[in-house]
This record gives sequence, structure tokens and C-alpha cells, in this order.
Amino acid sequence: MACAASTEPAAPFDLDAPWQLDAQVRVRPEAFGALLYHFGTRRLSFLKSPALLAVVRSLATQASARAACTAAGVPPGELPHYARALQTLAASQMIRQREAA
Amino acid sequence: MSAEPLPLTEQFQQGLAAPICLTWELTYACNLSCVHCLSSSGRRDPQELTTAECRAVIDELQRMQVFYVNIGGGEPTVRPDFWELVDYATGHDVGVKFSTNGVKITSDVARRLAGRDYVDVQISLDGATPEVNDAVRGPGSYELALRAMRNLAAAGFAGFKISVVMTRHNVGQLEKFKAIADRFGAQLRITRLRPSGRGADVWDELHLRPGQQRELYDWLVAHGADVLTGDSFFHLSGYGGALPGLNLCGAGRVVCLIDPVGDVYACPFAIHPSFLAGNVRDPGGFAGVWRRSELFARLRRPQAGGACESCPAFGSCRGGCMAAKFFTGLPLDGPDPECVKGHGERSLAAAAAAPRPSPDHSHRTASHRAGERRPVPLTLLARPPVTACNANPLAGFAPGALSPP
Repeated sequence: MACAASTEPAAPFDLDAPWQLDAQVRVRPEAFGALLYHFGTRRLSFLKSPALLAVVRSLATQASARAACTAAGVPPGELPHYARALQTLAASQMIRQREAA
Repeated sequence: MSAEPLPLTEQFQQGLAAPICLTWELTYACNLSCVHCLSSSGRRDPQELTTAECRAVIDELQRMQVFYVNIGGGEPTVRPDFWELVDYATGHDVGVKFSTNGVKITSDVARRLAGRDYVDVQISLDGATPEVNDAVRGPGSYELALRAMRNLAAAGFAGFKISVVMTRHNVGQLEKFKAIADRFGAQLRITRLRPSGRGADVWDELHLRPGQQRELYDWLVAHGADVLTGDSFFHLSGYGGALPGLNLCGAGRVVCLIDPVGDVYACPFAIHPSFLAGNVRDPGGFAGVWRRSELFARLRRPQAGGACESCPAFGSCRGGCMAAKFFTGLPLDGPDPECVKGHGERSLAAAAAAPRPSPDHSHRTASHRAGERRPVPLTLLARPPVTACNANPLAGFAPGALSPP
């Protein structure tokens, strides 16, 4: 966490924006969640829960990150945790904002 | 929402669907004969995987989503199909980092490499001065490595790796190594000397003394963010806080080795029949070995800490390196030979005869064949040899573990 946190910009994650996985990222599901690899930065990240994997996978087809969380059954009280995880993914270029449809 | 998930390291200990990081020694052939070569390389094995077989392995890795491989040897670039295989891998979603002594990294090759995505290069260097390096890697090997670095830097290849195996003769040169890396815009990577391969013959003379281990630990704590270690020093975490990385033995769980003839071993430091899980030529291929090998199944079950379990440091060092214990004749459920609490030294005094590393592909003419215990030459060797055989699991890999709560 520490290494990821150091690259985090101060701005909070925009849950209401539309997001998607970077085109250079591949996802490998694992029992604990998933492993993400970015071929451009050669960085690896681990998603430590199947729910977070479901969120990440549906980003591209949901209107916003918040909608992706809702669709994955994330309770409202846990949204800040997910926003933080998504912010870390954004800071390491694993996910990026897309143009709204 | 759900119970607290197991820590990632616990999950990893149970094994993953595919390796995170796979080392693939493409050939046992090498132009050098480093005294500590993990794979006892030198001569090409006539049973080496063919180009077509290598491609089939890459196809499997793509299907299993093994995102990158660490290619080593031997000296992998002496395979005539080396560049073809690199292209094939990167064209199939398998990134490549290859270890080399630099022999083929001419300015032309460096320019081609600089233009590639998904290929990373790691130059082996075991001394920051020719005297210290060449005593281990052979005469001329320092200049060979430096020439490769100059070529890569001149071609604009930023961030290539300089890989150093720590010995008692070069641990005092850490700042010099860092300066070399900075001069070429490269990244320093330091790894642990293992008593594997020909390393078994020189381990007593080359491995770090206890005071040096402490110096290294302190240096890593101070420079950890800039220096890669392939997670190889987790046995030092008994000194205090854990070092960056996973701090676990990934053998057969998140890491493994494919050797030049297709044999699959639990890790790059464990080339011995006791750690042989199968062969990629078996009917189930590499995936079959990874998923169904009895050896790997055993490694993925909870491991007994044995004599270490009552030690307060066990939670962080986990008893250290399986291969280091095995090749020094220590029980696998006891302390690492370099245990920072000194338990390893006491165990070594009582240890059984250490198993011989095998197989051995050393040059027949080399002055230091595996099995012949002899002092490390402190003057220049009379023989050619050198190698890039310091392959490593979890190399270059800075995990950012993401969890919601």
C-alpha cells in the first residue's frame, strides 16, 4: 500500500465519472480476486476481493464508477474504501477516465 | 460485506492459477563460467527445447495469462533463435525480461532493443570494479558487461537493470554499483548468493558474513525504494521491519523455473531432482505440471516451521530460503543457513552432508566444475566463462496490493 500511496495525487477519486481499464492492462482472475498487469508500465497490482474485480470489470459498461460499485453490490457505507482502491488504480494508470457515452 | 480476506501472502502460499513470475532458462550454453552459476551452465544440452517447442510453451503461457517471463540461462542470447523467441513472446502477450552477460548487446542490438515495448534487459555484474567482478565471472567479463551498458545507454534504452549477486567481496561496493546504475540511467538490482549449482562449491567462501548481512539490511532499508531485490533477502527481515516485497518463499506457489530441456522446477535456485515437478513435454504440458504436480501440491499446503516456530522472527522471515537450506544440508523446516539470529550456523555445524546440485552442464575444461570444492580464485582465472545465470523470482516487481476495507 505504501508504495502505491506515495504516487497518489491529492485529488479524490471521481466516483461519478465514467472509467475503464487501460487498453494495455490484462486481468487474470484468482481465488482471492485478481491480478492486473500493465504491459506499458510493467506493473502488477492485486485486487484483493472478488467484489473489487467485479467493479473493475464493469467500469467500461457502467455510466460511472459509482454505478459499477452499485451493480457489484457494494453497500453505500463501503464506497469510500472502493473509491480509495480505484484511486490507487488510477494513479498507477491501470484505469483511466473515458469519454461519457 | 464478507469476512476479512486472508492476507495476500497467505493466499499466495496456497498457490495461484498460474505463476506470477516464471523464470525460463533457455539454454545451458554459456560463453562464461561464473563460479557461482545457479544452473551449473556451460555446455548446451542436446535435449534442449526446439524453437517449435519453445513457441508451444509461449502459447501455453499466453493461455494461462503469465504476463511476463524472466529469460536466463546459460547465456540465452547465444541461442540462434533467441530474438525470434523474444518477438514471438511479446507478440503473444508475454512480456520478456532477459538476463545476459552482455556478449550479444552490440550497438545495433541495443538500438533494436530500445525500440521495443515489452522487452527489458538485465545485465549481470558481480563487482563494481574489474578485479572483484572478474574473480567471480571470469576475465574480461566486466568489460563485456560495461560495453553492453554503454551501448544500451547510447541507444536510449532507459531503465535497464544491472543485476548483482551479493558476495562478501562486493557488498562493500553498494554505493559504487549505485553510481554505475545512475551513470547509465539504469536500475540496480541486487540478489542473494545461493548455494545452488556451482554456487554450492563457493558458498562457504563467498556468502556474506553476519556483520555484512546487517550492513546490507540497513542499506536496503535506506535505499529500498530505488533498488530491486527480486524479494531475495526476506531472510534478513528478522533484523527488524520487513523489506519491500512479498517476503515469502514463492517456490511452486507463485514462482517456478522451466529449464532448457523443459524440466519444471519449484524455483530457479532448486535445480535438483528433489524439486523437479515435471516436464513441459509431458502430455499435460506446462499447465498440467503447474496444476497437478504432487510436489507443487505439497509446497502449497501449510508448511511446518519446525525448530523456527518458537522464534519471534519466524513471522517475518518464515524460516528463509528452501534452496539455501537444502543445498547446505539443513532440514527444510529449520533455520536458513544465514539466519540473522545465528541459528543457521549452529545447525550447519550439525548438518548432514549437503546434497550435490545436479545436473551439471559446466564446461568440461573449466577450472571450477561443480563437485570440486576449491577456494575462489582471488587472481584472474585462466579460463574464458562468465554468465547471466542469476535468474530470479518476483524480479522487478513492486506489488501494490489493493483491498477495499
